[in-house]
Amino acid sequence: MDLDSITVALRSFWTVWLALLFTGIVVYAMWPGNRGKFEDASRIPLKEDGQEF
Amino acid sequence: MTSATLTPGAALGSQRVSENVRYYEDAVRLFVIAAVFWGVVGFLAGVFIALQLAFPALNLGLEWTSFGRLRPVHTSAVIFAFGGNVLFATSLYSVQRTSRQFLFGGEGLAKFVFWNYNIFIVLAALSYVLGYTQGKEYAEPEWILDLYLTVIWVLYAIQFVGTVMTRKESHIYVANWFFMAFILTVAILHIGNNVNVPVSLTGMKSYPFVSGVQSAMVQWWYGHNAVGFFLTAGFLGIMYYFVPKRAERPVYSYRLSIVHFWTLIFLYIWAGPHHLHYTALPDWAQTLGMTFSVMLWMPSWGGMINGIMTLSGAWDKLRTDPVLRFLVTSVAFYGMSTFEGPLMSVKPVNALSHYTDWTVGHVHSGALGWVAFISFGAIYYLVPVLWKRSQLYSLRLVSYHFWTATIGIVLYITAMWVSGIMQGLMWRAYDNLGFLQYSFVETVAAMHPFYVIRAMGGVLFLAGALIMVYNLWRTAKGDVRIEKPYASAPHKAAVGAA
Repeated sequence: MDLDSITVALRSFWTVWLALLFTGIVVYAMWPGNRGKFEDASRIPLKEDGQEF
Repeated sequence: MTSATLTPGAALGSQRVSENVRYYEDAVRLFVIAAVFWGVVGFLAGVFIALQLAFPALNLGLEWTSFGRLRPVHTSAVIFAFGGNVLFATSLYSVQRTSRQFLFGGEGLAKFVFWNYNIFIVLAALSYVLGYTQGKEYAEPEWILDLYLTVIWVLYAIQFVGTVMTRKESHIYVANWFFMAFILTVAILHIGNNVNVPVSLTGMKSYPFVSGVQSAMVQWWYGHNAVGFFLTAGFLGIMYYFVPKRAERPVYSYRLSIVHFWTLIFLYIWAGPHHLHYTALPDWAQTLGMTFSVMLWMPSWGGMINGIMTLSGAWDKLRTDPVLRFLVTSVAFYGMSTFEGPLMSVKPVNALSHYTDWTVGHVHSGALGWVAFISFGAIYYLVPVLWKRSQLYSLRLVSYHFWTATIGIVLYITAMWVSGIMQGLMWRAYDNLGFLQYSFVETVAAMHPFYVIRAMGGVLFLAGALIMVYNLWRTAKGDVRIEKPYASAPHKAAVGAA
């Protein structure tokens, strides 16, 4: 089995790879450790005028 | 106008901004003026062609003023001229603030993009009236104009992405993700759908490189994603910046916004085949398009919930701030039309709705209710800030605009629902001998009253836009209307007058 045929075989599962990638994104978004980071990010548009939270 | 301005907070001499960044706003102002101008032109063209459908004598017997040539003038004017200038203005305004960085390429590049994009619009409109068209919906401009637009678009992309890449804020705010998806995808769609072979290098005429059903599929891959990435992702960028800004609260859930973004990106690109149900397109492709369209309901409603719930705990602002009312109602319309869309993509429903006025009504509940309303909200927010005024000339006039336009939309979409479903039912009605019950022209005659109602809805929508023009003009002049203020203190203008 050469590299070409391995590539072709892997490509035919592209829906699976994309679904895994998407699952990874959801896990990243929901990961408890990221909560603070995202709360800071949500204030970016409000920070510019200097409102304190 | 100065070529660069201090941040609003710094301009007021307070200690509200930690670092002074000079934001470029001259070009943003030009884009806002162009957006308002093209909005009125586009709505006027829409009213005129609506009246042409009700009263065909208005075609005037001239080829240049026939419905077939004026319709792309209307669609291009509202989508690319009005919507496009709104997207340029809002994206170039907010990317500087959320990146805490001035525009990459500076004011000169932004103005270059401004003038050339608007020259492109004028050339495209002229070419339609003179009869030059590729015959592809929303991609009518011929090959030479396509090349021109490609250059302009790449420069805009460089400016926007360059600003994000040189940002001083560590995180890329979600609005910028949506704007970048919009810019990148529209570039790919535009190039992909315009691979044409010119008949000669000195003539306008060209033919698509692919033909037949492949050409149709490429066209609707383009067409539906123009809706998905130009009219949706771009305007969601506006939602994620301007709704929190106007409501003065962070977006309801930032995590939901990440999931919203990636779900939209993963799903939208596959939905195009639902424009080709029951055609020569293979059944599996039609079913694929339908399935992805139905799945799209999830990110759409996730985004709607995120936008509307941003007001959670501050619902009273809907009563006291008509600008915020425009922004939030637009998100509600987004929810409504993204529920209707998946429904219409289901094949048996499509068998009734396709080629009828129902489609036209659906497009307009999205275009008028979502795209135009969120644009009006953003423009009402931007004008006092950009012209350094403490507030709008009149919030009451914003409210009059809101209600006039809303009644206009309701007349429009209800007329098209009734007309479209009637049209679809008449087309498929058989008599007891198995013959079609109605001739085509009988269905046209039956639609006449609804065409008149639709045109009246359009007139109201246009009238609302003219109220906005007056209000913005007086705001730019620095006038403030003496009127009864809204119950609570008037919304603090975005300049942040303390």
